[in-house]
Amino acid sequence: MLARRLIACLDVRDGQVVKGVQFEQLRESGDPAELAARYSAGGVDEVVLLDISATLEQRATLLATVRAVADKTFIPLTVGGGIRSIDDARAVLDAGADKVSVNSAALGNPPLISALARLYGSQAVVVAIDARRASPGPIEDAYQVYTRSGTTPVPREALSWAREAEQRGAGEILLTSIDRDGTRAGFDCDLTAIVSSAVQIPVIASGGAGTPEHFVEVFERGRADAALAASVFHFSEHGVRDVKQFLHAAGVPVRLDW
Amino acid sequence: MIISLIDYGAGNLASVQKSLAAVGARVSVARAAASLSDAAAIVIPGVGHFGATASLDEAWRLAILRRLDAGAALLGICLGMHWLFEGSDEAPAIAGIGLFGGRCTRLSGDVKVPHVGWNTLAPTGGRSRLLDGTVPGTSVYFSHSFAAPVTPDTVATATHGVTFAAGVACGRVWATQFHPEKSGTAGLRLLSNFLAFAEEAR
Repeated sequence: MLARRLIACLDVRDGQVVKGVQFEQLRESGDPAELAARYSAGGVDEVVLLDISATLEQRATLLATVRAVADKTFIPLTVGGGIRSIDDARAVLDAGADKVSVNSAALGNPPLISALARLYGSQAVVVAIDARRASPGPIEDAYQVYTRSGTTPVPREALSWAREAEQRGAGEILLTSIDRDGTRAGFDCDLTAIVSSAVQIPVIASGGAGTPEHFVEVFERGRADAALAASVFHFSEHGVRDVKQFLHAAGVPVRLDW
Repeated sequence: MIISLIDYGAGNLASVQKSLAAVGARVSVARAAASLSDAAAIVIPGVGHFGATASLDEAWRLAILRRLDAGAALLGICLGMHWLFEGSDEAPAIAGIGLFGGRCTRLSGDVKVPHVGWNTLAPTGGRSRLLDGTVPGTSVYFSHSFAAPVTPDTVATATHGVTFAAGVACGRVWATQFHPEKSGTAGLRLLSNFLAFAEEAR
């Protein structure tokens, strides 16, 4: 049976892993390659490396960091942040990434999704969507998409953008709730469920993980195919193994052999 | 031993190369059929659309078949595995090399497609060293929408909506639907099995 995935996210700035609360107040928590290797040995199913400063500061993705992480992990590695073009994507894939995650560039230039999918296959293309609940109205229309590391609202609604991304060839959706990001208050299961039910491709829920119970909720009520977390793994007492054993006990299929 | 890794424009070459190196192989990337002339072991990687295998033209086919005749071992991964069959519904106009009988078809059933993530292997009981060192239920990483049929050459199946061939072996030709290069320690063990098998087959 296909296991639900736990994905460790390394938000990287200046070659160091940082994690903020609602994208601000960044603090340092370690060396990316060392953390990735530790997670891989500890049973995490995938690693996502996000260069969180790249779009804002127009900086190229840190290829050296990608290489260092890729050398230490034999599980899937996704790299995002600052990927604006085919050439940017090629550089990180050549450096050892298996998938690229595009966000602002895809919003600004949606055909980039199909161009990447044609060249590298849909399995290599993750479209990251940062969304925030904007209105109390019908839930399907309530989530607004943000760009540029969650700083700038765009006139798009999360559900329709996810559908468009799928049609253009995205292989997975990485869906982050800005409201919950870094709060450890639990995933936004409403947001996750409406998007996951509307697309055929896997949806990775992100933002708000704080306890093992939160993961059970997002897989059951949120219908997530995978859940991504950073701070809960970096700082808290809940290791990957603990979360997986809790999920297993709750009847959620997870990978327990590693 | 040097493993020739075929670059036909649809590979996650860096990942495959890195994991083969991690189990002790020396890897030479083959960008033209002529460079296979003395290959003792060949790996055909692959991600993406079956249409990409169109670049494995007649010259590649002949070079691969010649090396097999000469005793080389061959491993196809994911899209590289599909190409070892007769063809795929993903790009019906393009023929596979047909070393395995059957065609690849789209996954179906009440499940999300593509099938992305870790799933478990069910050995069929067929005799192959591909699975040496693993136990039934070992988790490996998949990423695909099309899959090969279960045939007498199937040594392990996996199930996602339907049951399909996850590992295939016939003589010196091995193939995996999953990505051993992305399947952690279990995947490295399978690559190491291939390396040992290819050494002995020489």
